[in-house]
Amino acid sequence: MSGGHSAEHHDPVVAFEAAKLGVWTFLATEVLLFGALFTAYTVFRLKFPELFHAEHEKLNRVLGAVNTVVLITSSLTVALGIDAVKRGKARLLQWYFGATIALAGVFLCVKYVEYSEKFHHGLFPGTNIFFSLYYMMTGIHGIHVIAGMGVLGYILVLARRGRFSEAYYTPVEMVGLYWHFVDLVWIYLFPLLYLAG
Amino acid sequence: MAHGSRGGTAVYLAVFAGLLALTVVTVLASYVDMGLMNVVVALLIASVKASLVALFFMHLKGESRLVWGFALVPLFFLALIILGTLVDTQLR
Repeated sequence: MSGGHSAEHHDPVVAFEAAKLGVWTFLATEVLLFGALFTAYTVFRLKFPELFHAEHEKLNRVLGAVNTVVLITSSLTVALGIDAVKRGKARLLQWYFGATIALAGVFLCVKYVEYSEKFHHGLFPGTNIFFSLYYMMTGIHGIHVIAGMGVLGYILVLARRGRFSEAYYTPVEMVGLYWHFVDLVWIYLFPLLYLAG
Repeated sequence: MAHGSRGGTAVYLAVFAGLLALTVVTVLASYVDMGLMNVVVALLIASVKASLVALFFMHLKGESRLVWGFALVPLFFLALIILGTLVDTQLR
């Protein structure tokens, strides 16, 4: 890095690193937001093990697994999109981020099917503590998916206007970090809610 | 600002394949009744998957110690919150 007299705030490398730390700080607050819910889950699971075991079997493991694959694939397309813009293929970035938004849409559709199936069987957020946690955790995660579609869409619009190149792709990388985090949360939600009773 | 490598795509695809394989393993393991070990196995597999995503997709692998600190310190606090709460609720 430059040790000269140039204003360091305008050094693109410094700006990139600063933006990255900003996103990681935001993700730290997100860890604590979901962390509170994971704590509640742990406490009540230890308190009512039989209830958790009986109730978790009412969730559709196959649909949960399908959505896991959908989110993992959407993380891959984000990673490939960032890799593409780094190599100067800005057009490819648009395809990959478009695919990511489509996959996020698929995730929400599957979630919708699951929720309506549960409602149909009389399983509501107020039914018992397991379903309270299920709706709260997957609901807040779902809001993050919707927010993710918003910021991914914004990147897509900027990309269409030709704003990114191998020389400048900071917002693309930052949104990517956020999207991978949304995937990370689901990686824990899926086994805790659907699999381990 | 590390530049994209030509080998990048291959690494991402390998990580993706690993994540898919681990998803299949964790679903299959959930059908085997191992008692308390079911949760342990599920969380271990989830943590391997999470590490793959963080290291390769989030590029933590090549990051400075400062970024590693930003990534790991919240996990320390999360552990503190969970343990602190359990000390209260379990020993009450």
